[in-house]
Amino acid sequence: MAKQRVVIVGGGLAGLAAAMQLAENEITVDLISMVPVKRSHSVCAQGGINCVNKFTRAQGDTEWNHFEDTVYGGEFLNNQPPVKEMCYWAPKIVDLADRLGVPFNRSPEGNLAVRRFGGTLYKRTVYAGASTGQQLLYALDEQVRRWEAEGLIKKYEFWEFLAPVLDERGICRGCVAQDMFSLEIKAFPADAVILATGGCGLIFGKSTMSMVCTGAANARAYRAGVIYANPEFVQVHPTAIPGADKLRLISEAARGESGRVWVPRRKGDARHPNEIPEAERYYFLEERYPKYGNLVPRDIATREIFAVCKEGYSVNPHTYAVYLDLTERATGVKPEVLRKKLGAILETYQKFRGVDPLSEPMQIFPAVHYSMGGLWVDYERDGHTGGLRLDSPRNQQTNVPGLYAIGEADYQYHGANRLGANSLLSCIFAGLIMGPAIQALFRNLPGGSVDKVPGSLFDQAVGQCRERMAALLRKDGPENPYQLHRELGELMTRNVTVVRHNAELKQTLDELERLSERYQRCGLSDRGPWTNQTLSFTRALGDMLLLAKVITAAALRRDECRGAHYKPEFSIPPPTAERPDELREQARQWCRKYHAQNQQWLKTTLAKWTPQGADFSYEPVECDSIAPRPRTYGLKGAEIIDEVWKSEMAGAAEAKAAAAH
Amino acid sequence: MSTPTSTATTLTVRVRRQDRPQDRPYTQIFEVPYQPDMNVISVLQAIAARPVTADGQGTTPVAWDCNCLEEVCGACSMLINGRVRQACSCLVDELLRQGPEISLAPLTKFPVVRDLVVDRSRMFEALKKVRAWIPVDTYADIGPGPTISVEQQEQMYPLSRCMTCGCCMEVCPQYHDASDFIGPAPIAQAALFNLNPVGKMTASERLRALMGPGGITDCGNAQNCVKVCPKEVPLTWAIGKVGRDATIEAVRRWLLR
Repeated sequence: MAKQRVVIVGGGLAGLAAAMQLAENEITVDLISMVPVKRSHSVCAQGGINCVNKFTRAQGDTEWNHFEDTVYGGEFLNNQPPVKEMCYWAPKIVDLADRLGVPFNRSPEGNLAVRRFGGTLYKRTVYAGASTGQQLLYALDEQVRRWEAEGLIKKYEFWEFLAPVLDERGICRGCVAQDMFSLEIKAFPADAVILATGGCGLIFGKSTMSMVCTGAANARAYRAGVIYANPEFVQVHPTAIPGADKLRLISEAARGESGRVWVPRRKGDARHPNEIPEAERYYFLEERYPKYGNLVPRDIATREIFAVCKEGYSVNPHTYAVYLDLTERATGVKPEVLRKKLGAILETYQKFRGVDPLSEPMQIFPAVHYSMGGLWVDYERDGHTGGLRLDSPRNQQTNVPGLYAIGEADYQYHGANRLGANSLLSCIFAGLIMGPAIQALFRNLPGGSVDKVPGSLFDQAVGQCRERMAALLRKDGPENPYQLHRELGELMTRNVTVVRHNAELKQTLDELERLSERYQRCGLSDRGPWTNQTLSFTRALGDMLLLAKVITAAALRRDECRGAHYKPEFSIPPPTAERPDELREQARQWCRKYHAQNQQWLKTTLAKWTPQGADFSYEPVECDSIAPRPRTYGLKGAEIIDEVWKSEMAGAAEAKAAAAH
Repeated sequence: MSTPTSTATTLTVRVRRQDRPQDRPYTQIFEVPYQPDMNVISVLQAIAARPVTADGQGTTPVAWDCNCLEEVCGACSMLINGRVRQACSCLVDELLRQGPEISLAPLTKFPVVRDLVVDRSRMFEALKKVRAWIPVDTYADIGPGPTISVEQQEQMYPLSRCMTCGCCMEVCPQYHDASDFIGPAPIAQAALFNLNPVGKMTASERLRALMGPGGITDCGNAQNCVKVCPKEVPLTWAIGKVGRDATIEAVRRWLLR
């Protein structure tokens, strides 16, 4: 019997972690990537990776706290067992990265240096300058090269995933992919396929994501029957540099190293920021959230920045922007120190805006950044630990047996909002646990070995992909795919990001239908048989339109505010009474409404493809360890809510959680 | 937003194209509407959206490599006005200060696939030759790595930023298709792994890989590499260090005979 093999699609942190772990377990891997793997989007991550560490333990921190912070940050939409397992693994993952040679910044004693990140009060984030994603990705790329040199991993770079191959029982037997140069379409038989294909920022046109982040691979899996979960949860990062081709990220690390967000107190104040005295600066995050300050979670920071600009405080007359200030005057930190800790992002701002952030405040504005939602994946809970049973083939498996999803491509770990520096963690974690999961799968393959599958199954799959390509190449209509993509991006950014209104979401669905019709009447400016980038882009546009509809329809259905999904028409008005007894009563009403909202909406959105559009259903979220509570982050004025919830509601919520477990 | 330095309303872009690896190159000229804050990527995107030459001929979009658009992935290396650099960080306003026309061409040290896309796999293969990885025992949790001083980290980090973009190879006179020279970047990577406390344990393997043909002695000290590296990797420092370490290694081996 031939050796069992796995195909991994995507060579970012998740894909490479899975590849190297499987190779160590002597499982052969075919690794398919559209770009040379060290150019994957993971390389853009800047700020760091979270784990409980020596310093935070000395302050009383534990993995449980990291777990709690993550679940609170996700507004309890995260299934808890995987998050718990991830947080307990985090220190081990960072130790591994350290051993792999990642040049993390160091403390004077030679320990890993740490910084604070959003949504926590502990300094859990370990970092390599401000380019941590790059160093982590390179360390994994190096390990994969080592296995490649030994023949255990074969890389197919500049190959694009087209579709999974499912047999008559719906079991995944491999996939079909295309060489982006020769346009050869080939089947990759495998005993398991792992999709590590990232997020879908290109659907929004401009974002912090890279050009391969179209979500097309995920859409193709969805079209083939894989359930897509929580599509409506898209993170908009608060601080990015506006740009013509891309919105370039300025890491949360800037705020972690004392960077401060502010606008002049006087709207339209045209003075240079360095001329504006302290008293005339409105540090709005610090004033509204005294406890977390500039490090409130991203969805909160983004909404605050949006609101402040809408109210007229934007610091740029042509476009919305606020200041992110790293000058010594604002931070109290010496420039040389910040150059060592934030070098890469200082360079990025200097390169693209021509200004040194240490000499005057940066101008930033929020940008689409991360997909919390993604392909639905299973897990198996460990009854003892409340974490995961790692020897289960169910971990990270989609609803299609033998087809797995990891990294940003999956929907797990982050709930309704992701905390900064938790993504590098979840990607590597999900990749590494593929080791024991696949070993378990191989001990008991649901359909037996792929070697027994007749070749006709693969020939048929390849044939279908060839036909679809031929049909696309025949398209000769008047519509320009690049223009359509631009319109798609503008539409989605305008109506389906930070602030959502049902009327606008409905209009968006109508508009998406019109864009889809126009897409059918596309013309390709390149019909050639060699390195045809227009073909690939136009095909991906069809996938982006499909996912855009799923995202928008899911957002329309979810009538609540949770994490990154914000619909003002369903927000619960905060208590504002002057008299303490009235205030308390209002807080009580608030808590009851919040509890009712959780009863109705604390569930995962599930979307299944049908020819008529997504078929939606919901499943409960496993909140077995930590009971949901109001997510106020110490908002000034919201203390009464926390207090009333704790004294009057918490008992009920905990009892319910205990009963469900 | 930056103020445009030019009153140009259109940009004249001259692109050296090539349809297939075996075909001859040719030039096409495009007129692209100017917008403030453009970079060469947005110029190429504009051409893709309207692939019509300056004399009104319909053509195909120019093919090019890119991904991150923020100079961390190394994909978009090309010759812009004769100089090798990343297209994403090349701002049009800066180019217009040099002259009214923008010329784009593929790297010359790598075989052309199509237009501005070249095959840089030779660089990645070279990383295997110098064993550019830490040979850890296992990925299982066997505890933390050794402590590393701030000073050591500050030597390693700049070397770790190499994105295998190929700019250094492009300008290196010793690196071309008639030479075996491994090039500056893999040598600097060998230096990086030899600085790591565990990597150091296999330093002699890396040094030996660089002591044969195509290795360190092929470096002619032109110092072009360090001038064009977009990440300011200390290439010549690393090459110098590896050279010295290779000498010591040669003496060591001779003494142990």
